[in-house]
Amino acid sequence: MFELLGVPPQALFGQVLLGLINGSFYAILSLGLAVIFGLLNIINFTHGAQYMMGAFVAWMCLNYLGLNYWAALLLAPIIVGATGVAVERLLLKRIAHLDHLYGLLLTFGLALIIQGVFRNQYGSSGLPYAIPPQLTGGQNLGFMFLPNYRAWVIVASLVVCLGTWFLIEKTKLGAYLRAATENPTLTQAFGINVPLLVTLTYGFGVALAAFAGVLAAPIYSVNPNMGGDLIIVVFAVVVIGGMGSIMGAIITGFSLGLIEGLTKVFYPEGAATVIFVIMVLVLLVKPAGLFGRTA
Amino acid sequence: MTDLASTDAAATGLTLAETDDSTARLHRNLFIAIAVALVIAPFVAYPVFVMKVLCFALFALAFNLLLGYGGLLSFGHAAYFGMASYVSAYTAKNWGLTPELAILFGTAVGAVLGLVFGALAIRRQGIYFAMITLALAQMVFFFSLQTPRFTGGEDGIQAVPRGKFLGLVSLADDRALYWLVAAIFMGGLLLIYRVIHSPFGQVCKAIRDNEPRAISLGYRANQYKLMVFVLSATLAGLAGATKAIVFQLASLTDVYWTMSGEVVLMTLVGGLGTVFGPIVGAIVIVAMQNYLATLGAWVTVVQGVIFVLCVLLFREGIVGVIAKAIKKPL
Repeated sequence: MFELLGVPPQALFGQVLLGLINGSFYAILSLGLAVIFGLLNIINFTHGAQYMMGAFVAWMCLNYLGLNYWAALLLAPIIVGATGVAVERLLLKRIAHLDHLYGLLLTFGLALIIQGVFRNQYGSSGLPYAIPPQLTGGQNLGFMFLPNYRAWVIVASLVVCLGTWFLIEKTKLGAYLRAATENPTLTQAFGINVPLLVTLTYGFGVALAAFAGVLAAPIYSVNPNMGGDLIIVVFAVVVIGGMGSIMGAIITGFSLGLIEGLTKVFYPEGAATVIFVIMVLVLLVKPAGLFGRTA
Repeated sequence: MTDLASTDAAATGLTLAETDDSTARLHRNLFIAIAVALVIAPFVAYPVFVMKVLCFALFALAFNLLLGYGGLLSFGHAAYFGMASYVSAYTAKNWGLTPELAILFGTAVGAVLGLVFGALAIRRQGIYFAMITLALAQMVFFFSLQTPRFTGGEDGIQAVPRGKFLGLVSLADDRALYWLVAAIFMGGLLLIYRVIHSPFGQVCKAIRDNEPRAISLGYRANQYKLMVFVLSATLAGLAGATKAIVFQLASLTDVYWTMSGEVVLMTLVGGLGTVFGPIVGAIVIVAMQNYLATLGAWVTVVQGVIFVLCVLLFREGIVGVIAKAIKKPL
């Protein structure tokens, strides 16, 4: 058994892996926030609650309908995304003309409602969700043991993040989206249905959060409070990265997860606050964020 | 960046700059009414309940000073409220400070925290400002969670002695303590009213309504923003420090983000950017929490519903609607 910087490699790589997994969630969630902010100009405070809903839909699929993990991975984003479409059409649309701080307040209220309802229904202690049988066990890499499910989470998040990047930066639909972000009135004048695009964008951002929720369900138990604190960390991630760039959000998310994991190894007491401390440093040095355009 | 309160002020056609003689008379009468109500209140209602309302009303007034008159939405005011509450409880219990010194100490810590966080947060605007203040407050929450030797961890600091005011008058009796809390509240309210109607307050409103214009006129916008931020954090600290003495308790609830949300809700319900709105909002929300306490976790849901309804249908708040009806700023 060799040691790295006085830390056993098992512990070091274990935390790095856990950090990368948290980083995947930061990346997917901040990506969704950035996409929604780009077009709707609101910060979606409900994002954490929608992430939690994704995990719960997966749990319900399994326990009420007998649908397995893979079906849930597809269904949960669609179902939760559909509720997002309803929220946009029924609520957010009505305040679109107002100052965007009202959007923050409205989505905050929604988050309270959703979390409160789930807490009443399922309690706060958390419900177990088993790892799908295809992904149990793990690989011995010599220097560490790699659980299959954790490897899958990182690969799946990377694929989804890069897929989103491709969709927005390289396809025609993405070009419409970018055009509408830049100038909605002009884009509409060219015959593109911007209100529909806005609705679909919100639904898509919400679906991303739900997807992250399903990925998280077997790692953390399914808990009504799982999104509440996470969303605040994701806000800090968004401030650090800036919301101007899709790739920036992905890179920032993964690297901050990694840094958090490393902090857990070398200075465990600082692990909960390290991302906030980095946010402070970034604000001092580069207030617009690492990848941000000046607001 | 257009701001929350200014759009409302424009919609109602009211700004406090238009204060004329009749409005000044109305405000003076309202202050007299509030003073009379403060004197009567402990005889008709449970004093601890009234003191709770007063602490939260002061907290909401402080928050509204920043949002309504500075145009800055802070989503992390629990940090100053909660940290001041911890410091006041800790110094009263472990150092044996008299209550007024403990409250002053807590308030000072709130001010320093406000200075540091304010200087960081005003580097960004609008939506980012809200996210930064929220993240910084969450950092304070984790700090409180991880230093149980100072904060008592999950238990909080319990059985804080109320002590003797100036070392002479025992505050163990609710009625005795009530007069101190009422005086603190009235002092805070008068200070905020004075600030809003001072030249400093006018410049803050100008920056809120049109920052580039104010800068072009030679005002250092960031200095004004920081000053109003520190003032708001200080008063939030005063409210928190007083609350710790009243309930003889400082706990993690006071620094958690739900507390920041509650103060936003009080201000929104009462009326953003109105002088008296936050007081009404605090009465409504604290009373609601009291009467709905048996509903348990449903209180959160009710609060969420009120948030959504206020934003969709009732953006002026209770006092805002009254002000519109009588065509005078309140």
